[in-house]
Amino acid sequence: MSAADQSSTDRAVLRAENLSRIVGSKTILSAVSFDVCAGELLGIVGPSGSGKSSLLRLLNRLDEPTSGTVFLDGQDYRQIPPRQLRRRVGMVTQRPFLFPGDVADNLRFGPAQRGESLPDSEITSLLDRVGLPGYANSDAAVLSGGEQQRVSLARTLANQPEVMLLDEPTSALDEESKHGIESLIAGLVRDHRLACVMVTHDRDQARRICQRVVLVEAGRLLQTGTVLEVLGA
Amino acid sequence: MLKSLFSSEIALGLAQAAIASLLALIVVFLARRKNIHLEKDASIALLRGIVQIIAVGSILALLLRAPRWTSVLLLAGMVLAAGSISAKRAKNIPGAGKVSTYSIAAGAGLVTAIMTWAGVIDTAITSLIPVGSMIIANAMNTNGLALNRFRSEVLAHTGEIETALALGATPQATVRPYAQSSIHSSLIPAIDNLRSLGIVWIPGLMTGMLLSGAKPMYAAIYQFVVIAMILASSGLTSLLSTTMIQAHAFSSADQLLLKGSE
Repeated sequence: MSAADQSSTDRAVLRAENLSRIVGSKTILSAVSFDVCAGELLGIVGPSGSGKSSLLRLLNRLDEPTSGTVFLDGQDYRQIPPRQLRRRVGMVTQRPFLFPGDVADNLRFGPAQRGESLPDSEITSLLDRVGLPGYANSDAAVLSGGEQQRVSLARTLANQPEVMLLDEPTSALDEESKHGIESLIAGLVRDHRLACVMVTHDRDQARRICQRVVLVEAGRLLQTGTVLEVLGA
Repeated sequence: MLKSLFSSEIALGLAQAAIASLLALIVVFLARRKNIHLEKDASIALLRGIVQIIAVGSILALLLRAPRWTSVLLLAGMVLAAGSISAKRAKNIPGAGKVSTYSIAAGAGLVTAIMTWAGVIDTAITSLIPVGSMIIANAMNTNGLALNRFRSEVLAHTGEIETALALGATPQATVRPYAQSSIHSSLIPAIDNLRSLGIVWIPGLMTGMLLSGAKPMYAAIYQFVVIAMILASSGLTSLLSTTMIQAHAFSSADQLLLKGSE
């Protein structure tokens, strides 16, 4: 089944509808609509300053849309308490921003916010999945850039999200780390049936791991479709 | 030297003020040579300071014959002014004016009220106004320091704060370490004042009491009392303003509002 076929048969987990954001007199985004299904990796591509990251921030309501909204599993996200929404729509930022302490402390952070404790077995399992076995007690401050981004991914997964938002997750990494993280993301999306939206300015990266792509320019959605349709071979 | 030149106390005071201002302006001039431009701020502050203090002196002269309750009105006016001045240290934080005024009113007001009730501060206008104004002024400084530090900390840690929000943390939890460091740093001057009391400085109140004939031991202990009251009111003000300002730094949808331009 092709990616286009898959997206038409799967139910959309996340649906953005006419999202706009205007700050002062500046239009950051204008009437952007798209959806993403479980197990799908949707790329948002476009030049720097086109509004890609701003769009991602609207999807977990870190910023407020001026108009339009987002539906999560068919429910308007304004009806969902923000903390619950952000647990369900996890986000990995360009810079990992790990908290002081060890790797396990970082993984425990999300569940601890709702009064839950993450069992050690789950920490071990998450670190295995992101390729960092045995790192639980490592100081987060001394990790390499690639390792920090893997911890950031594991930390988001510890919240058991339904949707994962990735904001240029490899832009600060060297080539080797970049390919490692790409494989990891593709595997996580497939294995966890995550609906994933990834912002990237790297069209080759989108070709390598995304099923569908949204092309954004100057805050407007120019085209949505399969990688082949939007970016060509 | 000056005393022999002026027969009236007011003329002598103005001459002394002119010399002190001249010294301050020399420092401003020296700073300018190092490319630190304080000319406008310092000149306005000096001018405002002398006009305001003369106005207060005149009001005090009138109030000496007024009923005691009028001092409460004057202190309330000082709190309003302190809130407005202090809020300017919290640029871009919506609601900073209200937060500052409420915090200073609660911090300085509560300590002044308790100490007056306990008989530590005399209800006479000549006692309540100077001591109360000292407490308010220090609460204002502490509030300004706390809000300014909080703003800087939040702006410097936007990434960490939004990462924590994205992981489902409450706004209060995301800024807790920055609120704590803001409270701590805002109280450093008040704590240092207590630590250096009598060693590095002999404050004006004690000097005034000695000049007016109080026994040195009582003047010394009372000065400690005032500085301790200042620490209590400053601590309460800082605690309240840093707690209240957190609600204004976030939207009702737990979005960080206090950040650099988009």
